[in-house]
Amino acid sequence: MTTLALAPAIDRVPQRSRPVREWLAGTLFVVPATMLLLAIIIAPLLCLLILSMTDYEIGAMQIRWLGLGNFEKALSDPVFRRAMGNTLLYVALVLPGGVILGLLVALLVHGRTRSRAFYEVAYFLPVTATLIAMAAVWQFLLHPKLGPVNGLLKAAGFPEMGFISEPSLLIPTLAVIGLWNLIGFNMILFLAGLTAIPRDLYDAAEIDGAGGPIDRFLTVTWPQLAPTTMFVAVTTSITAFKVFDTVAVLTRGRDGSEVLLYAIYLEGFQYFKIGYSAALTVIFLAFMLAFSVFQAFQLDRRVHY
Amino acid sequence: MKPAHFPMPAGRLLRFAGAHAVLLLGAAFMLLPFLWMLLTAVRAPDEILLGGLNPIPRSFHAVENFSAALQQAPLLRFMVNGVIICGGILIIQLIVAIPAAYALAKLRFPGRGLLFAAVIGGLCIPIQVPALPIYLALAEFGLLDSYFAMMVPFFLSVFAIFLFRQTFRGFPDEILQAARVDGLGEFEILWRIVVPSALPAIAAFSIFSIVAHWNDLYWPMIVIQRMDYAPPPLGMLFFANSETGASYGVLMAGATIITAPLVLVFLLARRRFVQGITMTGIK
Repeated sequence: MTTLALAPAIDRVPQRSRPVREWLAGTLFVVPATMLLLAIIIAPLLCLLILSMTDYEIGAMQIRWLGLGNFEKALSDPVFRRAMGNTLLYVALVLPGGVILGLLVALLVHGRTRSRAFYEVAYFLPVTATLIAMAAVWQFLLHPKLGPVNGLLKAAGFPEMGFISEPSLLIPTLAVIGLWNLIGFNMILFLAGLTAIPRDLYDAAEIDGAGGPIDRFLTVTWPQLAPTTMFVAVTTSITAFKVFDTVAVLTRGRDGSEVLLYAIYLEGFQYFKIGYSAALTVIFLAFMLAFSVFQAFQLDRRVHY
Repeated sequence: MKPAHFPMPAGRLLRFAGAHAVLLLGAAFMLLPFLWMLLTAVRAPDEILLGGLNPIPRSFHAVENFSAALQQAPLLRFMVNGVIICGGILIIQLIVAIPAAYALAKLRFPGRGLLFAAVIGGLCIPIQVPALPIYLALAEFGLLDSYFAMMVPFFLSVFAIFLFRQTFRGFPDEILQAARVDGLGEFEILWRIVVPSALPAIAAFSIFSIVAHWNDLYWPMIVIQRMDYAPPPLGMLFFANSETGASYGVLMAGATIITAPLVLVFLLARRRFVQGITMTGIK
């Protein structure tokens, strides 16, 4: 191949033929990325899979091969089952809330002209703020005695609520904070989707008799937004599934707020049960892949400049 | 756009008022935590302990709270750490990703398809997955508790490669050919001709990267034990867990200091910032 291609190119490019030059430059250019890819993604991934089938613990004298033993243990481990259940409950609360509220806000903001900038800033502000710091703020807001939320409840004649002490309230509380953090992000994605809908479609719908706002939404907006909605649903699921920061600040994973990533963190980096934590990570990865395979296909269409 | 209608028809007016009512209610929910944080940061401790809903602080205690926050924890140190970590990560991400993305977009070389497939696969793998083996390797080499430990898993951003490849692909081949005929090497073509044309994409990615790593808690929490190296979120966690007790005013002052930099950048460069953060859902 290369020798054949040499002949016609030789009078235009003095030193080397185009294919050889490309071959060399291309290979050199990807060397750092390829080495890092091997070192920080591929090799660790293989190690993780192997570790997940062992009983390796830091400080242990010997390592035993367990096969799928860790996974069987996880399935019958009440702590893991609670963590999984809580994580899925969290996703079940944040996913519909994040999509519906994000869409609602975007639809309302899209129609504004003079006040649009104000609303965009207001709704996006929580996305920009460091969540750890704001989680500390939420902890204070929800404080049973000193916080304004319980202050309001008491002023309205309701009993005091243990938002961050009552186990059954922990996941809903974390979900509300998660939504607070996420709605502005989803709003921006939906606004981009709304801007991309051609105006003529609305004119056409009007001619066809779909003139009211609800008709227009159902016949034009909703179908046109379908790809955006799908994308938002996937990214919201991924973000929600990775809930960690608020748990670390507000509850430190205590009763009622065990979630998957916090369980992985505790098992691996606090108790140093490396093998077991690796197995839980593999389960986490399986969920990520299920969400992300979908997203990787979508990304090609999303990213545009 | 449309000319303003005065007076509005009743139906339109109702819809206008309804939209603003809903939006304002939502905006209040979004902004109240910030407002209450600021108000509490300037309140005196005895007033905070009374609880209550009075928005206006009775006495102005800002100087005491903020100076106590800065004394109780090295908040400025956390910020400096954050700048070092985010800066280091970003520079290496760009140096590694830009040539690789250019090669994937414009050059033919063996293994190109395989590498691109690996990049796409890498997009699905968050830091929590390789964390355990990388942690073990860093521990083995005695590298925990260092800036290097905090930065190394992020030196390669497959997302940057993916994004820049998309951007570079749109660059006209004729210009590249002309540059080659003029005797420019691929390296010069990349840095002198292609990169300057892709600055908007590079800026957007830079904001994305800085925000992601400024806010990251999971990985620093694993590799950092010594507070001297803590980035802002980990520092905030130390700070929130340390003796705060009744001194919520001090804690809120600390939270204000920690959140201020990104919020200010957002308010100053709104368009770019929003574009940078939302160009992907991968957080």
